[in-house]
Amino acid sequence: MTSINIDHVSRWFGNVVAVNDITMTIGPGVTGLLGPNGAGKSTLINMMGGFLAPSNGSVTLDGQPIWRNEQIYRHIGIVPEREAMYDFLTGLEFVVANAELHGLGKKAAQQALATVEMEYAQDRKISTYSKGMRQRVKMASALVHDPSVLLLDEPFNGMDPRQRMQLMDLLRRMGDEGRTVLFSSHILEEVEQLASHIEVIVAGRHAASGDFRKIRRLMTDRPHRYLVRSSDDRALAAALIADPSTAGIEVDLKEGALRIQAVDFGRFTVLLPKVAQAHGIRLLTVSPSDESLESVFSYLVAA
Amino acid sequence: MYDPTVARLTYRALLGRRRALILFALPVLLVVIAALVRGLTGADDQTASDVLGGFALATMVPLIGVIAGTGAIGPEIDDGSVVYLLSKPIKRPTIIFTKLIVAVAVTMVFSAVPTLIAGLILNGNGQQIAVAYTIAALVASIAYAAIFLLLGTVTRHAVVFGLVYALVWEALFGSLVAGARTLSVQQWSLAVAHKVSGGDLVTSDVGLPLATVFLVAVTVLATWYAGQKLRTLKLAGEE
Repeated sequence: MTSINIDHVSRWFGNVVAVNDITMTIGPGVTGLLGPNGAGKSTLINMMGGFLAPSNGSVTLDGQPIWRNEQIYRHIGIVPEREAMYDFLTGLEFVVANAELHGLGKKAAQQALATVEMEYAQDRKISTYSKGMRQRVKMASALVHDPSVLLLDEPFNGMDPRQRMQLMDLLRRMGDEGRTVLFSSHILEEVEQLASHIEVIVAGRHAASGDFRKIRRLMTDRPHRYLVRSSDDRALAAALIADPSTAGIEVDLKEGALRIQAVDFGRFTVLLPKVAQAHGIRLLTVSPSDESLESVFSYLVAA
Repeated sequence: MYDPTVARLTYRALLGRRRALILFALPVLLVVIAALVRGLTGADDQTASDVLGGFALATMVPLIGVIAGTGAIGPEIDDGSVVYLLSKPIKRPTIIFTKLIVAVAVTMVFSAVPTLIAGLILNGNGQQIAVAYTIAALVASIAYAAIFLLLGTVTRHAVVFGLVYALVWEALFGSLVAGARTLSVQQWSLAVAHKVSGGDLVTSDVGLPLATVFLVAVTVLATWYAGQKLRTLKLAGEE
């Protein structure tokens, strides 16, 4: 059992607070760190990886501090977001160097390259690799010492769907083997497909934590706003407000439309066409007005 | 204290970059100048000393020190690939010490060796001038590599600061302000060279004991501090 404990951690850069009093525990299995760009995911991962000191609070691995403790890297494998990686080496040379830095030999490097299925290109220079190949060699370098913790910062960025699936399979396997795998992403679907457990970060704060279905429900249950245009806005508004799935309706005269706030998303989507049909009203426009990821996230922060 | 893998990565990065061309160009320039001077004026001890002191030791050695010293770590920190060294159970001072060894070796090879060759061409090591300046270059290589390695660890603009130090402080201030010469790697290494040659052609403004203390102190302190800086190097995210 290996787990990372983040205890009341804050990190600020000058006047900017990047991470604000976050407490969480990352245990075995695959955990997704979800949040919009600039939410503080990388800052948090950098602290878990020992590349940044928390301004406040502590980050520990099974009770041991991570900051300024190079021995901790016997247990942690890191896949950084940045691309640079000694491009003048071949894939094999790079992974062998990483193995040697752990006091291991070529055998460990070969094994890691086999795990990520990169043996076929191991003798090519890294500078000739595609994004996906680089990502896999980075993975090999992180896996070379068989770590119990794997930290990946935006590992799917820029990968094509096939590479994405391969990496997801690999990470799932790592999680099933009992490793603690943490990856960050700003894409909901990525996290949904891979992680059983999710931590959501928004604007430096811990917005939600737990099972994906629970968070998904939180996200779909939030009040949804719609912009609706119809052949008879006022009649439609009167009919809709009678139902408990609708919390508020505004008749926007300027736009010539209704602004509807629905509290029960599932019920409202079924109700709207039924009501319209029953009253002989034609729906001209039905569009969600706040479906951006940011608004979903900001709702979660308030929840 | 020394890690062969770190050393291999360092020297391959150092000699693989475009900057490395300067490492080859400057020594070639020195040897060409030496050959031209010898061809035009014949063998002359004073001239040999002027060329070796004025160009080799005052300009070439610090420039090569800047390239090798900052290049041994600066680009890795800049592009973030240093993370692959830092995410390993290796003591930070070991990484710095290894990079220092590589930087010193590269500076020595590309500065002391051509200095010796140029000296032999200029006057065939008359009055020990070639050997004296070669030893000065060797000694200076150590201190320069340590100073510029530290610069490469603490600032992203290490090359600029390095050039300012090498060209403005050592060359310009050194020739105008006597006090600046006391705090000059070049003068310290000349003190050692003076001891070797014994003659009056190679002189220094600093006595040998003081020079030795400065050389050792600067090298040790710079290396120690670079190790400390690397321990707390922050690889900030790109957010």
